[in-house]
Amino acid sequence: MVTTEKLNLLAPGHRACPGCGAAIALRQILRVVGRETIVVSATGCVETFTSPYGQSAWEVPWMHSLFENSAAVASGVEAALEAKGEKANVVIISGDGGTFDIGMGAMSGMFERKHNITYICYDNEAYMNTGVQRSSATPYAATTTTSPAGKNSYGKMEFKKDVPAIALAHDVEYVATTSIAYPQDLMNKVKKAIGIKGPKYIQIHTPCCIGWGFDSSQTIAMGKLAAETGLVPLFEVEKGKQMVVRKIKNTKPIQEYLNKQNRFRHLAKEDKEKIMEKLQEICNDNVKRFGISE
Amino acid sequence: MSRTAVMEGSFAVAEAVKACRPEVIAAYPISPQTHIIEELSKYVADNELSSKYVRADSEFSAASIVYGSSGTGARSYTASSSQGLLLMTEVLYAMAGTRLPVVLTGVNRTVSAPITIQPDHQDTMALRDTGVIQIYVENIQEAYATHIQAFKLAEDHDILLPVMVCMDGWILTHTFEPVKIEEQELVDKFLPPFVPKYRLDPKNPLTYGSYGDDEVPEFRYMMHFAMEKAKTKIQLIAEEYKEIFGDYFGGLTEAYKCEDAEIILVAMGSVIGTIKETIDQLRSEGKKVGVLKVRTYRPFPAEEIFEIVKNAKIVAVIDKSISVGQGGQLATDIKAALINKKTPPLVYSCIAGMGGREVNINTVKYIINKSENSLITNQVPDIDYIEIKRQYLE
Repeated sequence: MVTTEKLNLLAPGHRACPGCGAAIALRQILRVVGRETIVVSATGCVETFTSPYGQSAWEVPWMHSLFENSAAVASGVEAALEAKGEKANVVIISGDGGTFDIGMGAMSGMFERKHNITYICYDNEAYMNTGVQRSSATPYAATTTTSPAGKNSYGKMEFKKDVPAIALAHDVEYVATTSIAYPQDLMNKVKKAIGIKGPKYIQIHTPCCIGWGFDSSQTIAMGKLAAETGLVPLFEVEKGKQMVVRKIKNTKPIQEYLNKQNRFRHLAKEDKEKIMEKLQEICNDNVKRFGISE
Repeated sequence: MSRTAVMEGSFAVAEAVKACRPEVIAAYPISPQTHIIEELSKYVADNELSSKYVRADSEFSAASIVYGSSGTGARSYTASSSQGLLLMTEVLYAMAGTRLPVVLTGVNRTVSAPITIQPDHQDTMALRDTGVIQIYVENIQEAYATHIQAFKLAEDHDILLPVMVCMDGWILTHTFEPVKIEEQELVDKFLPPFVPKYRLDPKNPLTYGSYGDDEVPEFRYMMHFAMEKAKTKIQLIAEEYKEIFGDYFGGLTEAYKCEDAEIILVAMGSVIGTIKETIDQLRSEGKKVGVLKVRTYRPFPAEEIFEIVKNAKIVAVIDKSISVGQGGQLATDIKAALINKKTPPLVYSCIAGMGGREVNINTVKYIINKSENSLITNQVPDIDYIEIKRQYLE
């Protein structure tokens, strides 16, 4: 008997960094979507570490073209399958840069045209592949190589773009946020998404030890803390149904999350207290808005 | 039975594309490409064409959509112009590098700035180095036939490159000519369904668009080699087309009254018709003039061009575009084709027709007249801007 737990469609030997959150996300996604799947990815960490010529780690058909077009390429894949009367899950796995920023237009088009595609964004909150530059997914106050903290700066001065809300505004069939720290939650959501016809959007929080500055053994712990502080709410919205939110028993203070990462280290200085408070406010708002507390 | 009807160029292209039964069409509207994609969407709406038609959110997405559909083994088509073609540029490089046999119509229109919808070749010239095969057509009938041939060429397993049929916007897309529309059964015979060499398929999982550590030179070499092979293939396909349909539209070049010509004009696209008319007039006056039409700009038929022009005294090249800081692209390539030959003819580079400025019989006569003067003085200007309006320069 083949158990789905043993299905691993990401071959070993790929080039992800030790402790890579995105690689963990990939394995969990592929375990659920199975072999009858075509994956399209944008340029980014996943594309680079899985696809060296002649050494592909993909055991499902996979296509990469450019940074900003994975949603359009996948639209073409889906259109071709439909034209040929063939069936396969069409799944996009692209990073936050390729989703929140440069690929936003193509994604909007794909949603609006109602393609039968599951768009999965692995969100490591910056351009990690090119050396930790700020994206619109980078959280408030995080220092990156293009939003460095300095005399005149406390890191990224803008808030994280709310892409799930943008997806919902397109009236897509299913929107969910999840985290690699909650594999069952992640796999359940992916499974649900591929079972629904039409456009779906899933955003996976994937901590990055190199970009965020924490030990590679702490990837899962960091993902847990992000959820437990309320900074990253985990929810799902199926069209026509009420939002379901993952509850947290006792939310933790944001400081616990910030103290463990180099990208927030500059906030420990006295004059940055207000910024810390602002981050706590974001968490409090999330807890209230999404009803995270149990 | 084939039928002949007077129709607009865009509709003739749509007829040709329909006859090729593309499985996926993706497009985004831009003048003067619009009538082609409107007509195709009408065929789909009326169930005359069973293509999956994707209305893209941009030309960039349109090109990306046919990238994905072609990679999934579907015969795929798109069309654009000007800014739209430029917006597709990044995808077209990747498409050629991934060896996806998409066919697209490049409806020639100049590019901004200044913005205008007038025709010239500036847009497709900017795509010269992408790895996309470029074929420039002279008239509507040729546009019709070339689209049907383009799918066969692109999808040939020895080629597997995108093919762009370049046609002058407005001059060819929005004028009416009698067009012979071929019988569907014969088109099906000429162009059987697309059999992809590779495709995205869960039964045989392959990786498309790998990260290349050390393989880039070899990928480029293979693309270039496929282009070289296309030189023969284009001619074979045109022969096959003639066998089935009775008409010849093809080849890399077309020489018109060049055998004994001392002056040969070289150009691409619809201006060829005007030049032929002028040549006929001047021939009746006893002038030894001819015209060489370059059909395939990429691959560039350097050897064939040399064979045609080698006995001429001067070659006058008309470019409807300019590589700013260098000059006419076609003229540059013609010079390169002749440079290592013994006693090559002089090359006279003329920039004309940019931004839709009219190139008429008088313009062509002016160029021929200047060519004659150059032969007397044995001097040619490096570059000649034909009919530049001096009042705008002050």
